[in-house]
Parts: sequence; structure tokens; C-alpha cells
Amino acid sequence: MAGQEMFALDDLARLFNVAVREDAAAGGLTVTAGTQTIVLSAGQSLASVSGRLISLPAAPVRDGRTWYVPVDFVPRALALAIGGRLELRKPSRLILVGDIRVPRIVGRMEALGSVTRLTLDISPATPHTVTQEGTRLTVRFEAEALDAALPATTSPELVVNVRPGEAPAAIAVDLGTRFSSFRTVDTPGDRGTARLVIDVIAQTTEAPPNPSTPTPAPTTPNPAAPETPPLIDLAPAGTLRAIVIDAGHGGSEDGAKGPGGALEKQVTLSVARRLKAALEGRLGLRVILTRDGDTTIGLDERAAVANNNKADLFVSLHANASPRPGTSGAEVFYLSLDEYGDAAERAAHVDSEALPVFGGGSRDIELILWDMAQARYIQESAALAQSVEASLRPRVPMSARAIQQAPFRVLVGANMPAVLVEMGFITNPAQEKQLQSDEFQNLVVQALVESITRFRDAHSGVHQAGAR
Amino acid sequence: MIRRMAIGALVVLVVVALVWAIAAIAPRLPVRGTPPVASPATLAGAGAERRITATLYYVSEDGLSLPGVQREVAFADSIGEQARRIVEAQLADAPAPYASPVPAGTALRALFIGERGEAFVDLGGEIRTKHPGGSLEEIFTTYAIVNALTVNLPAITRVQILIDGKEADTLAGHVDLRHPLQKNLKWTAVQTDNDK
Repeated sequence: MAGQEMFALDDLARLFNVAVREDAAAGGLTVTAGTQTIVLSAGQSLASVSGRLISLPAAPVRDGRTWYVPVDFVPRALALAIGGRLELRKPSRLILVGDIRVPRIVGRMEALGSVTRLTLDISPATPHTVTQEGTRLTVRFEAEALDAALPATTSPELVVNVRPGEAPAAIAVDLGTRFSSFRTVDTPGDRGTARLVIDVIAQTTEAPPNPSTPTPAPTTPNPAAPETPPLIDLAPAGTLRAIVIDAGHGGSEDGAKGPGGALEKQVTLSVARRLKAALEGRLGLRVILTRDGDTTIGLDERAAVANNNKADLFVSLHANASPRPGTSGAEVFYLSLDEYGDAAERAAHVDSEALPVFGGGSRDIELILWDMAQARYIQESAALAQSVEASLRPRVPMSARAIQQAPFRVLVGANMPAVLVEMGFITNPAQEKQLQSDEFQNLVVQALVESITRFRDAHSGVHQAGAR
Repeated sequence: MIRRMAIGALVVLVVVALVWAIAAIAPRLPVRGTPPVASPATLAGAGAERRITATLYYVSEDGLSLPGVQREVAFADSIGEQARRIVEAQLADAPAPYASPVPAGTALRALFIGERGEAFVDLGGEIRTKHPGGSLEEIFTTYAIVNALTVNLPAITRVQILIDGKEADTLAGHVDLRHPLQKNLKWTAVQTDNDK
């Protein structure tokens, strides 16, 4: 109704056993629940609950003899008057009454080579079990019911269907003909949520190699099990989930140019795409590129992509330049705070503040100036830079100044550990050719995958202390 | 009598206010006649031919450092004018065997010194349009100018580079130019100029 979802007040009265009385003279409505009263006025998006003013997204509307109120009237006003728990879930069009457990489950499915990954985000975290019963996996939750949004299958030969189970608080995963085994990982999420990842693994004999994928081969193949498909390297609880890869420059900004005409923006995009494929395939991470084409992206926008996606790491890829054509070697940068003075010091020691929340109570809010967000992650960024340098060194030529700090604009706003990798000097004729070659780009990708894996393993749980 | 005293007091107040206003505004104006500030630079000549020895910064032969090189720069009797001459010398060609960290043809449009010792160096757009890019080269360009001023003129504590009269984000997509930058000698190593 006029862009608002509304409930008929009469329906609410029947459901919740409250009395509705219209005061035609005053143009108002009174809803009585026990000793509590809610007063509504026509044309005003406010409700008075026993004298306490509550804001509503829209005013009550009359249509014929029926009064309608915005759906938010239920949790904001009616819940206060009734005194019990009333929870409105708009996406699933549910009203939960009383103290029952109906966790919200949001699923998604990804095909990752010989593994199909089903990820279930559970809010609030609810104890559960996963069992195999013939050709079906059953996920049972300790709850009265489920409020579930389940995904369509992406690989029917492995997972035929994901659907509500026979029990009211269960999800069934019907398995396909290529099913071999499965494994599960539980990780705690933010604000009392949890994530259950179920990897459904295919039989090995039909695992097809994909020659077109630029993902480099694992550096240490397992000779004991040559037929085993490359399993996803699942992260331990509380570690990396998403990474933003920033292909430097792009669009109208070519970046540095090689003597043979190679452009930095082309090299960075090519490596970024390869790195995305490798990280998704090998580590099962969510990887976001700041650009996936020849587009002009502002420096603020690049950090914003990482912050808005709550990325755990930010890696910016570049190619270096020098007036000396002989200069060569890769360099890894992280932010230097010296140039930012007191602002950096303040940003590095931001504490959360408890702010009052509408409807009572408070919520801890961390007020972080985006402009200086990186100040809180300098130590972790230094560790990431060291890890990247250690993995690059055996694979590609390194500069004599392999790790450096500088006040780089693209790093300062990143609200997570962040590094900028100069893969080589494009102004050096030999390095220009290297930077354009598949072999060199794959070596850089191998090094970055290895270093990110090492960083993840070494910093398991550390990042939880950051701003998430 | 009381009226005369009131007028006298008013005149004193106006004079005090004028002095205060001049003191507050003057440092933001282009400096021409302000007294020179103590500088480590030594006089290398006398009278109209006087020159000082200043440390300027150029790209090393291996391309990986920005050593300081002692060079002679024309003397000026105000800190603002001296700063201008140092930057102009830094923008000129590099002595052999060094390479210039600044794109050839970059012009100095103006130079201001703020009340807290910040110098605002307004460069022509060539510093951006002709810049070859790359993190290290951009670091060298930026800190050659920052160090040339802060090392030779201790009264200048920070330097902000402007381009065509406006604040700039970066020269070529890397170094943050939105704030005045302080001296940074991480990439330098003082050497003797053999090209005087």
C-alpha cells in the first residue's frame, strides 16, 4: 500500500487478542492489550505505547472500514504492549511469537571442480548435526522450525537437490551419482551467527582436468595419492573468507609503460584474474576484483570495495617504473603511518562505543575514519608483506629493497591487512617480457597463493580482534 | 575627558587588531621580504653572486635509491625566495651520473610557506601528465621535492605538493599527497657531487 507493507489492524487484533477502538472525533485509534494501550493518529507515523512515543515508517491508513498499519507496527509497538517476544522477519514474511527457536538459514552452493560446496549461514547459531542416510545427507537443527532460503543445485551429478527435510527443523541434501564422500566445517560468525560448510566430494575417476584454467599446479603434489582430486584447503575457524584483489590502474589510467608498449594496467588485470581463479579453486575463498575489465576506478573506490565486502585481505597488484632501464625486481609495500601524524595514532586506537539503539538497549559501534582505517592493521600488513616477499623470492627476481613502507593512497583506507605488490619493473625490457608471459604471471600467482595460505595459518583468529 | 579616553582606547584596540590580523594572514601570502630563517646551507659566495650549497636528490645509477647530492644554488635573502630557488634547482636537469626523479619540463608555479612551517609547492600539470608512473619512481619524485626543502631549510617542516594550484590525490596513483609530507630519508644516501 503506497510502497509500504501493511497489516489490517483487525487481523492483528484477532491474532494477538487485543482490542481496537476508533475515536472518530479525534481521528485516532486505541489498541488495548491487557493494561497497556497503543494510541495511533491518522496521518501521523507515530505510535504512543503507554505514553512512550514510537516512530513508524508510515501513518495508519483507512480503506473503507478497515484500518491498516505498517508491518513494523508489530515489532516496534505491539511487542512492547504485549510484553512477549514478537519478531518480524520481512524477507520470509514470518512473525515469530514467544520464545521459540526458528533459526534463519541462508544457503548457497558453489561448484569448485570435483567438490560442490554447500554453505549454510545460520542466525542465530544453533546446534546441529549432519548425518548420511543412504543417498541423502540430513542436517538437523535443535530448533522448533527453520526459516530457510535454500539454493538451487549447481552440479546435479553431485547434489541433486537441497530441500526442507522430513522433520520440521531439518534440511535434506539429495546426493547424485558421482557422490563419493563429504566433510563439514563449522565456523562461528559475527554477532552470534554461525556458518556450516558441507563439501560434497566427487568420485576420483571422473575428475576432469581443466587445461584452460590458469591456476598453477600445486608446488608439492602428494605422491602418495596421485589419483586424489585437489581438495579444497578449508580454512580453520575464524580465518580468511574473502579477499579483494586490486588490479592497479585501468581505463584512462594506463599506469607505467614498457619500452615495447606493454601497459601496467593490462599486466595487473591479467594477474588479478589468474589469482582470483587460483584462490577460489585452491583455498575456496570468496575473491572480489576491484575491476574485471579496462575501467577507470578511483583509489577511494578500490578501498571501498574491500571495506564494503568485509574482505579479510586487500592485495593491490602493480608494475614498477624507473628512469633506469636496468632496474629490476619485485617489491612489496605496506602503509607507512609516519606521514599521517596524530590522525594515524588516534585511528590505531579506536575503541568501540556503546550507542543507544532505538527501542531501548545499546549496541557497540566502532567509529572508524575510513581515511585512516589501515592504521589498525599495520602489524598484520607487515606480516603479510613478509609472507608475500618470502614466497616471491624463490620464484621471481627481487629488488634490493624487497619490503618497503610508503604512504600509499590505495592502502590507507583499507580496513583489513593490505599490501601493494610491485611485480617487477615494466621499464626494464627483459622484465617487460616477463611480466607479459604466462609463466611469470603464474609464478607470481603461485607465490601469492602460498603466502596468503601461510598468512592465514599463522594468523588464525588474530583478525577476529579487528574491525569486523 | 572620559570620551577622549574611550576614543584613545578604541584606537589602541584597532591598532592591536590590525597587528594581529597582519600577523595571522601574512604567513599564508607568497613570501618575498620576510627575514631569512637559520639554514644549514653555507654561503659559497658574496654579494650578488652569493650561492649556498644545498643537498638535492636524484635517482642513483641502479635506480633503487635517491641519494642526496651537494649542489650550489643561488642565495636569496628570504626563506620563501630561497625555497623557490631550491625547488627550481631540484626541477632542473640532474648532474651525471644521476637521473632526475622529476619529469623534464615540470614548472614551479608558486611556493607558499604556511604559519606552521608547511611549504605548499604548486607545480605545473606536467608533473602528472609526463610522469612515467610506478610506485618507486613516484616516491622518488615526491620525496626529492619534500627532502630538498626540509633538509636545507629546517624552518620548513612539511611540504604539500599542489598541481596547477589545486590539492592533488597522487601524482600517478600511489603516494598520498592530500596532506603535507615530512622529511623521509629512507631512500637516500648522501654522496658528493662530482659535477660542480
